[in-house]
Amino acid sequence: MQGLDFSVVPPYADILWMGVWWTVVLTVSAAAISFVFGVVFALVVLYAPKTVALPVRAFMWLFMGTPLLLQLFLIYYGLGQLGFKIPALVAGIIGLGLHFAVYNADILRAGIVAVDVGQMEGARSLGFGRFQTLRYFIVPQAVRNTIPAMGNNLIVLLKESSLVSIIGIAELVHAAQLAISETFRPFEFYITVAALYYILNLVLEAGLRRVEQNVEVSR
Amino acid sequence: MDFSLVQRVFPFFVEAAWITIEISALSLALGLMVAFLVAAAKMSRSLPLRMFGSAYVSLFRGTPCLIQLFVLYFGGPQIGINLEPFAAGVIGLGLNIGAYMAEAIRGAIMSVDRGQTEAARSIGFSRSQTMRKVVLPQAARLMIRPLGVNAVALVKGSALVSTISVVELTYTAQRYIGSTYKPFEIFGVAAVLYMLIVYVVARIVDLIDRRYAIV
Repeated sequence: MQGLDFSVVPPYADILWMGVWWTVVLTVSAAAISFVFGVVFALVVLYAPKTVALPVRAFMWLFMGTPLLLQLFLIYYGLGQLGFKIPALVAGIIGLGLHFAVYNADILRAGIVAVDVGQMEGARSLGFGRFQTLRYFIVPQAVRNTIPAMGNNLIVLLKESSLVSIIGIAELVHAAQLAISETFRPFEFYITVAALYYILNLVLEAGLRRVEQNVEVSR
Repeated sequence: MDFSLVQRVFPFFVEAAWITIEISALSLALGLMVAFLVAAAKMSRSLPLRMFGSAYVSLFRGTPCLIQLFVLYFGGPQIGINLEPFAAGVIGLGLNIGAYMAEAIRGAIMSVDRGQTEAARSIGFSRSQTMRKVVLPQAARLMIRPLGVNAVALVKGSALVSTISVVELTYTAQRYIGSTYKPFEIFGVAAVLYMLIVYVVARIVDLIDRRYAIV
């Protein structure tokens, strides 16, 4: 047992900041993918012909029933086996993005169904096509109504982004591991990393609260 | 698809699945105990206890579970806590899910109508009697679903302990992907077993829910 000494942390501040930066980049990119594909999956499950909807349904079911870590291994090694030579960072973003897209799709599907049928009828009777109605009337309302639930997914996404360190992406956890391999001080560095995630989390929560308030006001 | 590979590795995965089940069950038990204590602390009349409860929930929900496991397993020895991977996994997962479950329990208790408490108090029940005999029995039914959701999340979250070298499903999958370069087959085997476990847990939650449903 050795005493704790947090003075070992400051010399590694630069590396940790790079880690924070990459964690933010990862989270933002994965969040964008998870939103876009969330909308696509939700629309496919609801409106596409069975031959397209069923595989997407099966995919969603598979990704909801298995751990993210396992999915990351599948995507990282699987895409390689299929002949796509992609860097770990891209695999991590795709993995996180698809995992949370499935959860967003589940929320959005319920949100789309909950939009009043009168909206569809009204838009269609004004001469908007089916796709236009979805694009300009239904989806925007569904997205607005599901912002709090998708915001929760985003909060989970920020924390779960720590998992991609396992496939060797140099984000925050990986930065800490680098510092630990030189100092042999896991406790100090992991506590520091925990504090950094906690702060990122607070910032994200504050941001989401503002977005939600703006949405409330605009109603 | 290489089915002979699937056949060959399957027994090892079944063994690993048992470890996943064990670790999930034990951390669920620990998590429930932690959750009730933390929920009670958060709802107590004593300010320090309330602060402890809030801090616990905020810290454990505000940081990644992976980091919590790493602090415990890799950092523990520095403060005199030496744990085997399995024990560290159970304790880490249990403490983490406890924070989430505490909120589920608190939510259920809060959603019991205030009138119930007022009525019980006005006919002479003490605070603790009101809680034990009036509020908790009604809240218990309301917490089954949210706790069930947490239990399912815990099964999937237990994959994290592979990173501290507990030989469970995900660890086994990772090892075989590395040695066979057949990620799809290996993922398929592990996925089937995970979904089987998740399905059984969801069914059990369903049964409990139906057993205690009103009507």
